[in-house]
Parts: sequence; structure tokens; C-alpha cells
Amino acid sequence: MQAFAYAAPETVQQALDVLAEHQGAGRRAQVMAGGTDLMVQMRLVDGSPRTIVDIKKIAETNRLDVGAKEVYIGAAIAGAVLSASKPLKACFPGLVESIDLIGSAQIQGRASLGGNLCNASPAGDTISALVANAGVCVIASKGGLREMSVESFVVGVGKNALKPGEFLLGIKFQRPAKGTSDAYLRFIPRTEMDIAVAGAGVSVTLDASGTCTAARVAIGAVAPTVIPVPAAVDALIGSKLDAAALDKAGKACSAAASPISDKRGTAEYRRTVVGVLCRRATAIAAERAKENR
Amino acid sequence: MSKTRVETKINGEQMEFLCEPQQSMLDVLRDTLGLTGTKEGCATGDCGACSVMLDGRLICSCLMLAVESNGRQLTTIEGISRGETLHPIQQKFLQHAALQCGICTPGFVVAAKALLDENPNPTEEEIRYHLAGNLCRCTGYDKIIRAVQDAAQTLRGEAS
Amino acid sequence: MSEARDYKVIGTRVVRPDGVDKVTGRANFGADFSLPGMLYGKVLRSPHAHARIKKIDTAAAAKIEGVYAIVTGADFPKVGHEEITGGEGAGDFADLATNVMARDKVVYHGHAVAAVAAQTSAIADAALAAIKIDYERLAPVMDLDTAMADNATLIDERLFTAGLPEKATKPSNVAAYMEFKRGDIAQGFAEADVVVEGTYRTPTVHQGYIEPHACVASINQGGQATIWCCTQGHFDVRSMTSKVLGMNVADIRVIPSEIGGGFGGKTTIYLEPVAMVLSKKSGRPVKITMTRDEVFRASGPASATKCKIKIGAKKDGTFTAMSAWLAYEAGGYKGSSMAPGAMCVFAPYVVPHFLIQGYDVLVNKPKVAAYRAPGAPQSMYACESLIDDLARQLKIDPIDLRLKNAVSAGSQAAYGPKYNAVGFKECLEAAKKHPNYTKKLGPNEGRGLAAGFWFNAGMQSSAEVHINENGTVTVVEGSPDIGGSRASMALMAAEELGVPYERVRVVVADTENAGYNNVTGGSRVTFATGMAVIQAAGDIITQCKQRAAATWGIEADLVDWKDGQAIPKPGVNADVKPLTLAQIAANSGRTGGPLLGRASLNARGAGPGFSINMADVRVDPETGKVDVLRFTAIQDAGKAIHPAYVEGQMQGGAAQGIGWALNEEYIYDSNGVMQNAGFLDYRMPVASDLPMIDTQIIEVPNPSHPYGVRGVGEVPIVAPLAAVANAVRAATGIRIPDLPLSPPRVLAALEAAKA
Repeated sequence: MQAFAYAAPETVQQALDVLAEHQGAGRRAQVMAGGTDLMVQMRLVDGSPRTIVDIKKIAETNRLDVGAKEVYIGAAIAGAVLSASKPLKACFPGLVESIDLIGSAQIQGRASLGGNLCNASPAGDTISALVANAGVCVIASKGGLREMSVESFVVGVGKNALKPGEFLLGIKFQRPAKGTSDAYLRFIPRTEMDIAVAGAGVSVTLDASGTCTAARVAIGAVAPTVIPVPAAVDALIGSKLDAAALDKAGKACSAAASPISDKRGTAEYRRTVVGVLCRRATAIAAERAKENR
Repeated sequence: MSKTRVETKINGEQMEFLCEPQQSMLDVLRDTLGLTGTKEGCATGDCGACSVMLDGRLICSCLMLAVESNGRQLTTIEGISRGETLHPIQQKFLQHAALQCGICTPGFVVAAKALLDENPNPTEEEIRYHLAGNLCRCTGYDKIIRAVQDAAQTLRGEAS
Repeated sequence: MSEARDYKVIGTRVVRPDGVDKVTGRANFGADFSLPGMLYGKVLRSPHAHARIKKIDTAAAAKIEGVYAIVTGADFPKVGHEEITGGEGAGDFADLATNVMARDKVVYHGHAVAAVAAQTSAIADAALAAIKIDYERLAPVMDLDTAMADNATLIDERLFTAGLPEKATKPSNVAAYMEFKRGDIAQGFAEADVVVEGTYRTPTVHQGYIEPHACVASINQGGQATIWCCTQGHFDVRSMTSKVLGMNVADIRVIPSEIGGGFGGKTTIYLEPVAMVLSKKSGRPVKITMTRDEVFRASGPASATKCKIKIGAKKDGTFTAMSAWLAYEAGGYKGSSMAPGAMCVFAPYVVPHFLIQGYDVLVNKPKVAAYRAPGAPQSMYACESLIDDLARQLKIDPIDLRLKNAVSAGSQAAYGPKYNAVGFKECLEAAKKHPNYTKKLGPNEGRGLAAGFWFNAGMQSSAEVHINENGTVTVVEGSPDIGGSRASMALMAAEELGVPYERVRVVVADTENAGYNNVTGGSRVTFATGMAVIQAAGDIITQCKQRAAATWGIEADLVDWKDGQAIPKPGVNADVKPLTLAQIAANSGRTGGPLLGRASLNARGAGPGFSINMADVRVDPETGKVDVLRFTAIQDAGKAIHPAYVEGQMQGGAAQGIGWALNEEYIYDSNGVMQNAGFLDYRMPVASDLPMIDTQIIEVPNPSHPYGVRGVGEVPIVAPLAAVANAVRAATGIRIPDLPLSPPRVLAALEAAKA
């Protein structure tokens, strides 16, 4: 029987080697960043032995780079570090909020953007915000780096597009154009410590006249994966983001949702509230976009 | 099962221990090192009773592998006060009757210290959100919030 | 009670004597204790809510290296039916025994079916996984309507309803019926100008103490055993363990650790007998600690209920008749908190004609345990909601309506006795004057108000007061300190003896080092154990007077005790200097030996406690989310020994009640498996969910206590449920009768009202 083991590679190549070695020998290896989901899953869901590959010592998973054209966020950076970054917040206030919403201050001390994405929960807060900001996954692979959009990266409940032997190195974005900003809102029954019942990430671009020229809308916890809502985008583009446009976008989100009823909320409730969240998030993004012109 | 040797600094003291790769920091603190001041309320990161600081950052020790502490520095409740004097947060918890049963108190003290280290003058709302990961079922939080506000004032050198 | 006194230390906000250890991590709680050679015990739990156990095969588990003992129901003795008394919950020892370890049947998901002791907890886990059990699954009975239906699946085929006017002829899931009545209910409703009625439901909720149950048990080959555990009553752990295992009480020593919350949930046993049998089989000490998941699935929550209330009133608000139909879930074994719920439901009001009917009902959920004022929050939530609607219908201020019908000294309580001095009207009047009652509200905001009541308990306590050689004081008592009671005991001893608080230390001693004490429950410790401490201190004073008299060569009845000194009575011509406690103590070897004061009592006359709570909420009309903006708790404490800890009880009870009202509930799937057995989805309030909780302590002294003390610990959880629900009613214009008022439920009600 395989025993538990722990590896903490310091380079991308070392990490790939450890993963390849396990793959070749038919043993299980699992990548860990902050470990806040992994530790709970190991305790409650699947405690079977494996080698835990800690990627926090690799430079590329820890690099945060807010450049003139591109923004790069290493997969393993703790939420508390990202939330403290003023340049990142200036570019993607909604994305940073979505990170900050994950768990408590204690969880923020460990939980990473990469982990939240790879965990691929339908309710993962950052995923809607990543999709709204057209995030691109940078994947370390035997043949080198490969890239993939966030929406194609998440393929099902708890499932991502990583192939055996690969791991997520970081996520990159185009730096938002002038007049662009984002927002993320989720609904939870308490004020903290809950998993999203529904979530909405919105990015909008406004021209000088206040007309919306570009938008992206993604909703979470209302389908097996976070989903983009093109109909909501259509409702926003060309409008001045007035009440009617927002209402139409919200309705589009409700229509696009295919939620389930569970311990966190009924399907009907989720469908209604995701529309409300889209409306409210769009209004916040619009205010921010005006300030960003 | 083969054990891993880990060297770490806990409350300023160099320590070494053997652990299994999947063991949590919390289990090692309590069962191996005898540091039972850090409490277990849930083991899923939802209650904050096991709060410690890792290189100055607040975390749940139940969600960290013990092997990860190799070469790092940990502060537990046992390291909050040094020598003969309580830390002002501890003094204010006593003065304000901010504990009833006391099981959550070590976690709250550590979490409050992490907050005041970073933000010496937090608003009530900031305190409440910062401490949202620490469950208390006895006090309704009122006296805990007041104790932290008062401790912040003392630490800023203002008379309370 | 004694004359109004000028207290020296009572009523001050001193630092608790056990405080430093609790803020530094030194204090030892249940799971903090370990012994050399100790094994780790784990419990295998039923994966089914309702099933017969056909066969248990432990052979494979026994072969695993490092496994030292495996136990199943077959390792436990058969226990006869006998009612459990003295604790805070209701039940039967035979049921307690099978709840601790199932025999032929499991009656809830999480029911203990086997246990192992092993060298490490990982090995214990592996052993549990290797135990094979054949079950015959039965249909789970998960709610009151299903359980009470005519052709319901029976959880216990031998159960006949007790207490019916006519003896039950066939078995059912209704374990007991209870009835209270006065006057002529039909006449009472006929006299009414207005009759209102409603049906209300409350969910299964958990006490939510942060410390999971934990114990270490060690038994030697001679049958002498020690248990270290976190409990609200170590004497009850001793008696329950002795009954469940057929052991001699004197062979069991129980040493209580500090206790990380209980709220009634730690007044019974789960792990102790299991650890004991594992220790016996392995010859080693055994520790068992519950996981949080186990705490939710396998320790006793509070009853879900269905309550129908009907009230008749005159136009001026005078109640003419009240009726209550109350059904309480007991869990897999009989013994819910229906009886106290039935006794409390109309306790605050004078009502000439009433009928209260209560049902104790089995369902396939964990056997309920006491939860803070057990039974009262549920029935009074229903009644106080309906009174709120009645006030609205009669256009009478809700405080005035309650004042019009409020009990006072001399009123006969619906549950029987005549009230002595009680502070209900004083609470109502304080609420009316409170600035929070008239604060302006914004859009979508509402204010709700409700009353709370709890009897409070007396029961048995004992205490010793030892005077040390330098005159310092050690109080030895046996009531586990769950919220600062050491401070209250020290304050009362200091007050009585006339010494500074800092000179008194308090020890909560184990079953071999303290006289018998009932549980820390029923809000009885400051009242009853406090009374024992006061009497034991009085014993010391009597002895000190004798010692002083002997020293001075005068009669003892010519000596007074004042400010910690023996002094001659006024007019006694004794040319002597007063003798301080320290001086008498230093000289005690020459005057008759050490000073040891004792008292043991069965305290009578616990003063009933009343409260008024006010909640201000804001309801988001688009999401149904309820935010509590302000909360005000007003309560009669009789006399607050340590006001900060009294406020703490009020604030903590308010927070639990708000959680019960808004989000807390056990959520089950169709197989009877709890879906939210963790703090993530069993949503207790966190710090950012709550405002500061304003408190006002009312002091109407309890005539039966030397200082006027009433219990204060339980009343605070009773009123918040209806206060919050009435606030939501005020904010939305809609009465939502079922708790919790979770966002999906509130939004659905708002949308239904719109349609």
C-alpha cells in the first residue's frame, strides 16, 4: 500500500519530475497550495494515502506581477497577500473581493487563487470573477507551459482540465483598458464563513459618454460549473447601464441558471438571487469603471 | 509508517519533532509537543479555536501540515505573553469578562493579536469581520469586541 | 431574605480566579488530558437512520496490529427501565444504555454500534473500517407529522403512550401525553371579543458548544475506575456510568476538566461507558474525543416542535382563554423537553381559562438533550408570536398588552404554584422607557418584542470553606464552572466572611473530594451552590465566634462578626481587641484545630426569571436576508452577584436565540442523514453577524436567597426567537410562522404575498 509522503519542490521542473515519477509508478500524487480545501477533503471525504506535492516554494507560483500590459498572479499566493496588493486591487477590485470573501482571516492566511480555481467548486468565489476578467490559466506541463482560458479550465463539479503530471502555475490577464472595472458579489445567509448560495462576477467597459462598450458576466453556484452569460452581456453592451439594462441582464442570469436545491438554498431561490446579484454587481462595476476613465 | 523529522521555531524556541506527512500542525502541537493551549473545535477551519501565527500570519493550525512548519516560525497562545506580564489583549479579556467557558479564548487572543499587529486602530466592523472566523457560543461577542477595542487603545498608548 | 444590604464586593466586576489560565492556554479542557500508555478510542456509527442490526463481524478488525480492544453492544450489560432524575433532561436509564451503544437496533444516523481502542487514532480508524455490520434497513421517521400519523412506522414497537386519560391500546411513536388546565376553556373563548390562533414550527437545533465531548477512562483489575471528562455534572457522569455498566458508584471517580461550553448538552453521557469498557478489555487507559461531525450527529440536540396556540381576549386586551397544543421531537428515545415547554408556555400571563396539551414524540434523530431553558424557547416562540399579532389586531402597544395580563407576586402560575416576588412587570416597564424602544426605523426595518421565562432550579449542592493558616480562604465545591461561577462563589464567600475577594480561591473538586452536587444546569449554580457557599461561610463565622469567645473568656453569643473580624457585641464589657480571620486562623491549633466550614442542602425557592427582548431588523426585500441592527435584553436577575457575567449570559443567550431564529437547523435528506453536520453549514452567528447586545439588569430580589439571587443563565435564550420573528413581521408585514427565517424562506414568503 502507498504511504503518505510530502514533497516540496523548489523549481517547476522538480515539481514536474515528482509528478511524473508518481504517474509512472502508478502512485497517487496531489498538488497542494494553501491546503485549506485539501486538508478538509482528506479528513472528511477521501483520506487515502498519497504524496502531497507542496508547490509553495516555487518562484513562479509565488510571483505577483501587475505590469503595464499584463497581470500575472502565481497560483499559490495566499489571499491575504493578494488583498494587500494595492496595484492588483486597482486593476481588479472585484477579483480581489472574490478572493477576500473566501473564509476567515485564518483561511486567507493560506488559501490561494490557484487552489480555489483547481478545486473547481461550482460555488468557487474567484472563478466567476476570473471568468468575468477573462483570466487565462498558465499550466506547467512536461512539454513546457500551456495556456487555457479559465472557463475551459473548469470542466465539471470538482473537475479541472489539468492532465496527469500537470499543475497550475498561475493566472494571467490583460491589464484592463481605461473605463473598465469589475465587481463580484455573492449571497450567503451569514456575513462570513459560508459557501456562496449564488455569485455573480461582472466586468464592464464604459466610453466617455457612459455607454457600455464591452462587458463580461459570469455566475456561480447555479450550475455544475461557473458559467458565462452572453445574454446578460448583450443586455449591457450599448446601454448606459440604466435600470432597464441592469434588470434585463439580471433576468438573463436567472434564465441562464440551472441550479439545484440543497442544504444551502433552493433552486428557485438561487435562480432569483443570481439575477439580483448580477444587477447589483453591474452597478458597482459601472461606478468603478467611471472612476477609472 | 516512516516519520519525517521537522525543525521549527515555536514561540521563539527551537524545536524538533517527528511526524507523519499527513499529520496536521494542530495534532502535532497538541499530541506530540504537549502545547494543548491551541484547541480543536472542528478540524475543518470553521471555528478558529486552533488559530496560530505562521511567520506572523494568522492561520488555522488544523489546515496546515506539520511538515510544512520545517524552517518556519510559529506563535501559539503559549507564546503571546512573555515572562511575568500578560499581553494587553489577555488583560482586557479578563477585565471585560470577555470569556465564559474559555475554550475559544486562546484562538480569539491569537487572532486579535494578528489583527492589532497589522491594524492598530481597527473599527468595530473591522474587528468583527477579522474575528468572524473565531466562533464563540457563550458571549454573543459583545464583550470580546469591547476587549479588543480597549486593548487596541492600550497598545496605541492611549488611556482607556 | 436579609434586609437590604450594603454590599462590599457583591455586584463588583472582579477578574475571575480561573481567568489567567484561560487566556494563556494553561487551562485543561476535556481533550487536553492524557496518560502514559493511553490508547485512542473511536466509535463506529450507524450509516442508517433506522435499521435492525443483524450481525456484527469484528474478526478482521481484531487482526490489525495495534488494536487492543473492540466492543459492541454485546459487551454491555442489560439495563432495566428506570427514570433518570436529577439531571436537566428527561429519559430512562435503559434508553441511555442503548443510546451509548446500540444493541439490536439503531434509531438514528450516527448511533454508536461498536468501538475500538488502538495505539494511534489512525489505527483505530482503520479498525473501524474493517468492522462489518449487516443491517436490515427500516423506513426512517423524520418529522412530527409522519411520526404521529395513524399508520406510522414504529420506532419502538413496545411503546405505548403514557399519561393519556384512557390507557393506550396500541403502540405508537407518541411516548407521552401531558395536560394542564384551569377553568372552562370553552367558556373562556366564548367570553372573548377576539380570538387569534396560529401554528408554528421550530427546527432541530444544536447547543453548539465549541468543545467536542472528550474523556479518558482508566479501570484497574480490581474494578476501580477513574474518568477524566468535560461535563456539566461529574456526579451525574458517575451515577449514569454506574447504571449503564452495572458498576459500584464508589468504584468510579470522576474528575471534571474545564468545560468548553455545554448549554445543557453536557448533562448526559455518550463516551464515558464506552471508554470504560475499552479500558477494561485492553487493560490500558483509553481516550475518546468526538469529532465535530460526531457532535452534530450523535450528541443530543434540542427538539424540533410543532405548536398550535389559540388566544381569546377582550377588546381592552384582557386575556380570557389560552390553549396550546405542543408536540416535541424526542429523537430515537423518549424524553423530550415537552413538559417544561408546556409548563412555561403561558407562565408570564394571568389567564382564567386555559388548556395545555403536550406530546413527546419519537423520530429517527439523535436523542435530544437539554438546551438552555429546555423546551421553553419553542413553545414561547409560538405564544409570543401570536400575542404580537393579537396586539396588532387590537391596536394595543405590545408592551401594554403584556402589562395588562402580566403576572406579579401572588398570581397563580399556569404550571401550578403562586408566584412570590417576580420582576416581569418591572422588565416590561423598563422596556417601555428604554431609548431603543422608540428609536427611529428606516425602510424595510422593523422592531419586535417578546417575553421570556424560566423557572430556574435549586436542587442539591454542597460546599466547604477552608480557612488557610494565614486567613486566606479556599472554597471547595462540586459545580463545574461553565461561565465564571468560581468568581461568583468567591464573591459570596468574601462578602459573607468580610474579607477581600482576592483572598478567596475556589476549587471545583472531583467526586471524591467534594460533597455531592447536581449538574451545572437549571441556572442553579449561583443560586444553590452559592447558597451552600454562603452557609459554609456562615459555619466558619460561627466557629470563629466560638474561638474568639474562648480566647476572650466570654460566651460565644456575646461575639459579633463584622468586616472580617470577631468583635464583642455592643455593651459587652470585654477589654479585648477584635480578632481578624487571619489571627483566628493563625491561632486555630490552640483553639480547637483547623477552621473548616461545611454546608449541604437541597435548595428550595429558586426565583423564576423573566425577560423582555427587543430586536430591530432590516430585511432585504430582494434576497430575504435578515440583518439584526440592534438587540436589547432586559432581564430580572434578582441580584447580580457579578454583573459582567450576568450581562454575558444575557448577550450569549441572545446570540444563540438569534441563530435559532434566523439560520440554525438540522437539514436531513430523505434517508434521514444530516446534510450539514459541521460549522460551515450549521450556521451559528459569527462576530460580523451581530451588533453589540444592549443589556439592562433588573433586580427584584428573590426572597428565598440570602442575597436575592435568581438564576440567570437560561432565561436569555427564550425571548429572542419571537423578538426576531416579530421584528421580521413588522419589517415585512408578513407573519412567517416557521423557523428558521432563513433567506429562502423569507423571500418565498415575500413573493407569495406579492402574488
